[in-house]
Amino acid sequence: MKSSENNSNSDSDVLVRVEGVSKKFCLSLKKSLFYGLKDIGNELLGRRHGGHGGLRPKEFWAVKDVSFELKRGESVGLIGRNGAGKTTLLKMLNGLIKPDSGRIEMRGRVGALIALGAGFNPILTGRENIYVNASVLGLSKREIDAKMDEIIDFAEIGEFMDTPVQNYSSGMAVRLGFSVASSLSPDIMLLDEVLAVGDMNFQAKCLNRLGTLRAKGTAFIMVSHNMLNISRYCDRALYLNRGQILFDGKTDAVVTRYGNDMAIETSARLPDREQGVEGEIAGSGRIQIVSVDFINDEGKKCDTIRTGDSLRVAVGYVKGTDEDLDSFLELTVSDRSGILHQHRGDEQLRVCGKKGSRGTVFLDVAAMPFTYPTILFSVIFWNPDFTELYDWKRRIKLKVAPPENSTGSVHLSVKSTLHAD
Amino acid sequence: MKTTIYTPDSSLANPFVMAKAMAKDLWAGRELAWRLTVRDVSAQYRQSFLGILWALILPLANTMVWLFLNGSGIVAIQETPIPYPVYVFAGTMLWAIFMDSINAPMGQTNAARGMLAKLNFPREALLLAGIYRTLFNASIKIALLLCVLPFFKVNPGWGLLMFPVGVFAIILTGTAIGLFITPMGMLYSDVGRALPMVMQFLMYVTPVVFPMPQGGGLVAKIFVLNPVTPLILNARAWLTGQSPEFVATFIGVNLAALGLLFVSWVGYRLSMPILIERMSA
Repeated sequence: MKSSENNSNSDSDVLVRVEGVSKKFCLSLKKSLFYGLKDIGNELLGRRHGGHGGLRPKEFWAVKDVSFELKRGESVGLIGRNGAGKTTLLKMLNGLIKPDSGRIEMRGRVGALIALGAGFNPILTGRENIYVNASVLGLSKREIDAKMDEIIDFAEIGEFMDTPVQNYSSGMAVRLGFSVASSLSPDIMLLDEVLAVGDMNFQAKCLNRLGTLRAKGTAFIMVSHNMLNISRYCDRALYLNRGQILFDGKTDAVVTRYGNDMAIETSARLPDREQGVEGEIAGSGRIQIVSVDFINDEGKKCDTIRTGDSLRVAVGYVKGTDEDLDSFLELTVSDRSGILHQHRGDEQLRVCGKKGSRGTVFLDVAAMPFTYPTILFSVIFWNPDFTELYDWKRRIKLKVAPPENSTGSVHLSVKSTLHAD
Repeated sequence: MKTTIYTPDSSLANPFVMAKAMAKDLWAGRELAWRLTVRDVSAQYRQSFLGILWALILPLANTMVWLFLNGSGIVAIQETPIPYPVYVFAGTMLWAIFMDSINAPMGQTNAARGMLAKLNFPREALLLAGIYRTLFNASIKIALLLCVLPFFKVNPGWGLLMFPVGVFAIILTGTAIGLFITPMGMLYSDVGRALPMVMQFLMYVTPVVFPMPQGGGLVAKIFVLNPVTPLILNARAWLTGQSPEFVATFIGVNLAALGLLFVSWVGYRLSMPILIERMSA
């Protein structure tokens, strides 16, 4: 690690330059400590960290060959599953750990909204802790004194200022931490999952504080699992997978792609059950479901539709008795987060004919609002007073192509107009 | 604009750049060190009824034990040049200061684990804070010592002016040793466990509670070779108005400690990113 003064004017707008950075981690604690000892030995002998690039036994690449640049005022989001290397990358950018290969250049003062309130001593009062915490973040006594009122004000802890921090609610402690950490105006700001602090009012204040910093030209690097925050605050996103950049581009495109991957992974784990299997009956079987098909607005069978399209679900049945039966057809739509729609049909259906006679019930959906890439349908034939379940088919998969610029779980078609008073 | 570059190269590859960075961080860390000291010292006794008295109770208890052992004849201790209670009390106080300064670097670094793994701040501040805290605790002990001396009719005389030098020498040596073992101790807890045992042994081969053994036996040789011996002896001599022996070794030990301190500091800096990587992994 070394620092040097550098005043070159060429591409002076680039604040962060990451070139081919890799980092390896060790799976086994005992080995990890031993490697640590060896690394310290090499370091003291002036040798290069990380040796000649190979992995030692039980090691893996936590970050592999990552390169990107960040200009003044830009904001980039790091997304990916747990263990994809986001936090490790952030730690290298912050200079806490050294890369095993590659090069990182950081220009200007670096601030970090990571571990809010790290270094708070629970026995000391809020005011005392502000001094300590702000010093840790690199503020001088004079700067702290100048900002003290602003910090107290922002944290909204008023009369608790001279109370020991151990008597604070967890929300108050985090608010104080955010207030101190965000009071400096760095050139580069690193954020790790900190936007979910406090109540709604405080979150709004936080977001505005970040917005102000951004307007002043601070470059942001943000790690979050909240795709909404990522798409709100980042121009660009890096999708990390197993330490490598899988996708680098405009936030919306990257977030959509990440969402798709997560969904595919989830649905791959879901069993593909009972789709159109004749004979496998979950119920009395007096009416049996033999097929469930999706028909798009062109009248063709499909397994993918676009959000907003109309959809017809065709449920084929065969009678298991000679009796004529009354029935309701219940439809449930769900995704991995739970049930999205559940409704027993409004229309009572009269199913007539001898045993073995077939037919189809059509369920028409005017416009599919869901954006979640895979949704699951269940259909149930009930008797009219819901005391007998004739047959039940579950988890019939339908893929949805969501619109590019929508991140919620449903898409509403919204038009905005302005009427001045 | 300040540009910071991180590469896998060891900082030792550019010793001048590194020396500059060390000086800069030491300077940048001074205010933080002061803050941390104020934090630690004011939090140290806030949750305690006896408060600051604890800084005195341990060495006092230790002194009582030795006065009892000597008085009852369980352990026969040779004649000391000053009254034995003063000898043993001053000895245990100085030894406690030495222990404090050895424990400080590892203690501070361990206590700051959470901060170290998440925030970038001049790591030197932790070491400075450790030294400040040792000095603070030492000053309480010394104040008590000075109060006790008149009761035994011990007059330090002009030697008292040299006493701070003796205390600084003890802290310097303790810090150098403590800092030297810190990187290893952060990786393996074995170091922290073995340390009290080793220190216990070291105390009995240092003239803390007994005077230097006479004659040319093996024990006497160990006492003479022990680098802590001149530190304790001289500091106590200055405090109690005796003339210091071992002046040459005293200077030698201090120079060696200074060298060790610098080497350990370099080692501490270099190993810190590796330690953080291992403790967060």
